Amino acid sequence: MIPELGHYALVLALALALVQSIAPIIGARKNDPALMRLASSTAPMQFAFTAFSFAALTACYVLSDFSVANVYQNSHSLMPLIYKFTSTWGNHEGSMLLWVFILSLYGALVALFGANLPAALKANVLAVQSWIASAFYLFILLTSNPFLRLANAPFEGQDLNPILQDVGLAIHPPLLYLGYVGFSIAFSFAVAALIEGRIDAAWARWVRPWTLSAWMALTVGIAMGSYWAYYELGWGGWWFWDPVENASLMPWLAGTALLHSAVVMEKRNALKVWTILLAILAFSLSLIGTFLVRSGVLTSVHTFANDPARGIFILGILILFIGGSLMIFAWRAPLLKQGGLFAPISREGALVFNNLFLVSACATVFIGTLYPLALEALTDEKISVGAPFFNLTFGPLFTPLLLAMPFGPLLAWKRGDLLGAAQRLMVAAALAVVGIAVVYVAEGGHDLTLAPFGIGLALYVMTGAVIDLAERTGLFRLPMRVVRSRANGLPRSAWGTALAHLGIGVTLLGIVCETHWGAERIVALKPSQTVSIHHYELTFDGVIPREGPNYRELAARFSVRHGGVFVGTMEPSKRTYGSRGTTTTEAALMTRGVSQLYLSLGEPNADGSVAVRLYHKPLVLLIWLGAVVMMFGGALSLTDRRLRVGAPQPPRKSPAAAMPVAAK
Amino acid sequence: MTRRQRRLILIGGSLGVLAIAAALVLSALRQSIVFFNSPTDVVQEHVGAGKRVRLGGLVKPGSVKKGDDLRIEFAVTDGNSDITVNYQGIVPDLFREGQGVVVEGVIQPGGGFKADSVLAKHDERYMPREVADALKKAGRWQEGEGTTK
Repeated sequence: MIPELGHYALVLALALALVQSIAPIIGARKNDPALMRLASSTAPMQFAFTAFSFAALTACYVLSDFSVANVYQNSHSLMPLIYKFTSTWGNHEGSMLLWVFILSLYGALVALFGANLPAALKANVLAVQSWIASAFYLFILLTSNPFLRLANAPFEGQDLNPILQDVGLAIHPPLLYLGYVGFSIAFSFAVAALIEGRIDAAWARWVRPWTLSAWMALTVGIAMGSYWAYYELGWGGWWFWDPVENASLMPWLAGTALLHSAVVMEKRNALKVWTILLAILAFSLSLIGTFLVRSGVLTSVHTFANDPARGIFILGILILFIGGSLMIFAWRAPLLKQGGLFAPISREGALVFNNLFLVSACATVFIGTLYPLALEALTDEKISVGAPFFNLTFGPLFTPLLLAMPFGPLLAWKRGDLLGAAQRLMVAAALAVVGIAVVYVAEGGHDLTLAPFGIGLALYVMTGAVIDLAERTGLFRLPMRVVRSRANGLPRSAWGTALAHLGIGVTLLGIVCETHWGAERIVALKPSQTVSIHHYELTFDGVIPREGPNYRELAARFSVRHGGVFVGTMEPSKRTYGSRGTTTTEAALMTRGVSQLYLSLGEPNADGSVAVRLYHKPLVLLIWLGAVVMMFGGALSLTDRRLRVGAPQPPRKSPAAAMPVAAK
Repeated sequence: MTRRQRRLILIGGSLGVLAIAAALVLSALRQSIVFFNSPTDVVQEHVGAGKRVRLGGLVKPGSVKKGDDLRIEFAVTDGNSDITVNYQGIVPDLFREGQGVVVEGVIQPGGGFKADSVLAKHDERYMPREVADALKKAGRWQEGEGTTK
């Protein structure tokens, strides 16, 4: 009964979405308040129905109802409860249900918290949001129904892919989807503005919190996925430039650009058309990501099933929304009034610089990801574009971006003082030079590229972020009392900016240290033999067979000594999952400060030895901590007063809104 | 500065950055593309020694030999031709005789293949798509086989 109810709720959600797609737009055109208000009640109801549907599927999983085909294929009665829970979205159908669940959640939030939006804009936004929702409800109901029953219910399920049996599945997909799908709001606002043919600075202020929340979720979602791949795949790598990773990076780059250009629009009423275009692009790239991951054009752990009908359906959605929105853009954008002017050297100029480089970097990732697919489709030639391509293109484009980053906040709006900003950044530059020199000397002077330069750049970026705050609060220049009151008076978005920029530096530092000073050893060890890496000695004590709930594992115990002192044990293992007959490698990690020792097992050999792969990863945790710092920066910015208090009314009120006031 | 000049700077700057990006992409593509080949392609088209390729096929049953220092030798086959691959390191969990594999590395002057990475499938349900295509080309694969879902 539960699956049928879940299915039915989804059908009802579709019906509501179809009404919400049309009625509010007609209302906005005819200026009919009742029709416009309709969206504000249908959106939360839509959310209630998808939430019910999602809960129904979760219930099927938790209760191990194997009469549901989806549960049978992806669950097992012996699986721990948390994995039964998370396997709800550990498959194609369930993950698409999570997608629409989050989409309708955002729609409901706009309906509930958008009280200060002009009625027509709100109606249009919710209608556009509902176009997307309708398309995806249809996709699920027609091609990927998670509630299909089996005629004869089996006694036991086929188990979840062992790689996915991990807490990572509880965190990574929901966060990533909160990010991906969150950009749909910016998209809906952009299309709504184009439909109205009117846009102003207040628009940017309304869109900002939604873009910012989506960006925060995407930032940690990507970082979480990267950490998961790092410890689960057993190769010690944290970013592979895999198309699926790129699919999440592209919306992040476009979204980051959007956040920055929206600031210019909000403060200076400029870059309007560009901001609209970026909002459309950010969500289009999210859709492309969904297509790449869900359609089966790529084979990866993210591709759950290959059904051509699904790929074609998503491709249809993709063409409809990206093509449609770009057409509306081409048609309506010329109607939008151009905004203010600014000198090339100014805060606006710096933000344009940021946008140029972010978008170019995004374009190179796009080409590297899609070129092999396009080439294969056109010429049948198969190529792979791997890490070297991305390092050669992404690196050179990000370097000037990072060099310019600390300048941005130090330049004034309209006309900035480049020399003054440079003088204030002298400390950062000096520190960078010291860093470069120290690393150069420590490395024996034979490496003049990546390591010294990378460390210097990271130090420069981090100090630059702090200098911005020091300048604004008058730290070291004014008495402490004044500094404190200035710090209190500083808008939270200024703190947010500094923190997010600091996070970039932290991540960069982690990346440089890990790639340059990380050590790797691959050896075959017999019991009581010792292997050493970077002042650590690991002794292989022996193997321990163990039983898990739905697997058997062979763990190898290692005692770890640092400079002769015992610091702990590590137990990497090989797990065999009986129901699928697959083996997974469970790496063991030992965290020392922000560095890690990483140990994973290979196959046992005939002579009793075991192959092990051992890494020392200096400062590796900074890579992901930097992303967390960025997210906190976003969160601080989100609590900024101007976003809490709400946007002021647009300068030109529409006659309809102004009239009743005049009548009174 | 007039509006015209400002706009020119903006447009010029944008085009400049795009040109740099395009140049980077083109030069990187020339340097770092790796072509995918089946064993038959390598044998028939005489892919030159020293060239970097991805090679896909099945691990030939009975061909896996383990040596010292984690050296491993195995043959990759598409049913028509075999290529002997040498690798030093740990092979993935799903690396097995008779199963699909993709190796990346350099063709040796003697006709062998020195791999620096060995990829097996992510999941037992699926065959790497490149391998499936290579086998289809060699006529050793029926549509629908292996993809149980």
